[in-house]
Amino acid sequence: MDTNSITTQTVNFKVFRFNSDVDYLPYYDNYTMEVTSEEVVLDILNRIKWDIDGSFSYRRSCRHGICGACAIKVNGRSTLACKERMNDMIDIFGTQLTFEPLSINRAVKDMIIDKADFWEKHNNVEPYLVSDIEENPKAEHLILPHDAEKLLEADLCIQCGSCHYACPVVEINDDFFGPAAFAAAYRFEADVRDEAGKSRLENLHSQKQGVWDCVKCFECAEVCPKEINPIDKITKLHQMLFKEGVATSNVATRHAVGFKRSIAKNGVLDEGGLVLYSEGLSIVKHVPVALRMFSKGKIVPPWAIVKSKNLDEIKKLVKSSSTAKF
Amino acid sequence: MEKLRYALFTGCTAKQSTPEQLASTYAVAKKLNIELVELEEASCCGASHLQDYDDFLSLVLNARNIAYAEKHGLTMVTICNTCQLNTAMTKHRLDNDADLKNKINEKLKEVGLEYKGTSNIIHFLYAIIDDIGLEKIASMVKVPLSQFNIAPFYGCHNIRPSELQNESHKTPENSYRPTSLDNLIIACGGTAVDYEEKNKCCGFHVELQAPKTASILTGNAIAGAMDGNADWMVTPCPLCHLKLDTQTKHSSDAIGREVSLPVLHMQQMLGLALGCPQDELGLKHHLVKVNFI
Repeated sequence: MDTNSITTQTVNFKVFRFNSDVDYLPYYDNYTMEVTSEEVVLDILNRIKWDIDGSFSYRRSCRHGICGACAIKVNGRSTLACKERMNDMIDIFGTQLTFEPLSINRAVKDMIIDKADFWEKHNNVEPYLVSDIEENPKAEHLILPHDAEKLLEADLCIQCGSCHYACPVVEINDDFFGPAAFAAAYRFEADVRDEAGKSRLENLHSQKQGVWDCVKCFECAEVCPKEINPIDKITKLHQMLFKEGVATSNVATRHAVGFKRSIAKNGVLDEGGLVLYSEGLSIVKHVPVALRMFSKGKIVPPWAIVKSKNLDEIKKLVKSSSTAKF
Repeated sequence: MEKLRYALFTGCTAKQSTPEQLASTYAVAKKLNIELVELEEASCCGASHLQDYDDFLSLVLNARNIAYAEKHGLTMVTICNTCQLNTAMTKHRLDNDADLKNKINEKLKEVGLEYKGTSNIIHFLYAIIDDIGLEKIASMVKVPLSQFNIAPFYGCHNIRPSELQNESHKTPENSYRPTSLDNLIIACGGTAVDYEEKNKCCGFHVELQAPKTASILTGNAIAGAMDGNADWMVTPCPLCHLKLDTQTKHSSDAIGREVSLPVLHMQQMLGLALGCPQDELGLKHHLVKVNFI
């Protein structure tokens, strides 16, 4: 290695400290360290423990981005410590870095959190192959490449929790399964050997816990250290719910279908019509805000909507290109 | 300054619930010597919901919108984050999958159109930063916003997924520490407020199915800006704007704290700084009164 290319920078670390056995409240310790361009975040965690404070606690095991144990938050960003280079962290956030556990609310000791909610939600989606497998098969069960490809990247998940604890809905709604559980659900739904079919999907269709509560913020896609793109799998689960006939009529499914109806009619969206179609009678709860919006010229009545030019093209395409049967 | 020409994909919101955004886009374009060719043929982009139900149709419709920009031989400029995401995502998928592109073009052929992949798709915010430049914009400022602390609210669909977003513009944006809107505030003479929620989600897309989640996210965003001593907020996304401007009561109830700040579209902020006549900026359409001018 060319040692001349290694550079060093002084970095100030603000590190979350908490021992649930003795501390009433968490606090932060500050460390100033020389960081070389070769180091990853885990190296810094190790140096804090080995050189400064032996009581500093964090999870680690493989050091190769496989076990998923060492995920923490650096300046609020979920980070797999053994994979993330310090240089990249400094590029994004500068030389004042804050290390915190993935979830401060679930902190047990320093970087270690109680991940029970993560595992519980994971278990709820039946993250395993549901299949009557012959105990003594006569031949190998072959999976053809194009069938294996259907899993996309979903089987690469190392359950590090980076996406789960980056998801704003998980933070607010205790019932929400979260992106990692959804990616796992997709992985088995997409498996040609799996026979769970509708039973797993029905669980994902329930409101509050299921895929319809996803806010589509793409935080999960952004943080995943294995580039699994969980929101892409959530989208695919949405499509499966419709395709398999699991998606019953509710405000979320009508909202998705409502776009097609509106486009088929106007090309553009009829905003008021969409809300009415999605909500049904529940639209009354929107009346107070709608009246205020109307008084400020923010609501266009259906008859005044300027439809797309060449609307006949759109109507033709909606007819010929629709793949959904719902 | 050389005249810039873009194909404008207005999206649906700018023509219905945020008319002030369309008005201020044109007002600012005039000042910046930009000619906007409105794509009147465009349909709704599906707003990140249609593809959950009918992915293929969503691609066909977005490809058709892009095909019209290509016919003009112009870059497509969007003024809504979600339009930007859906349209750019369609372009990315078609440009990287020849089979899919062929299938889509078979459909478009029925109406005499073709998707080629020749037009870039870029949000107005990044278009003016790339093509005019922040320094030039700063030099055109007539009314510096120097007395204001302004909280930027980026909106998810203009910064994530960053790999896709950074394909469309030259100015690299890091979703964890975005700078474009901060820099535009500074170019307008204002002080940019740094706060934790500036790159977070407003909850718009679950407003109907999960109103509590949506209200808490909006409430947290406004509260973060208020705690950062912001006088007002600014956003490039009309959907974020709707959430922040029209849902203050639900948001206050959800987080147990009165939250409310005037929220401007980025075009309105720029319009004020460039000295556009105020009646062209549509400030009267806001629910939270714009009380500082």
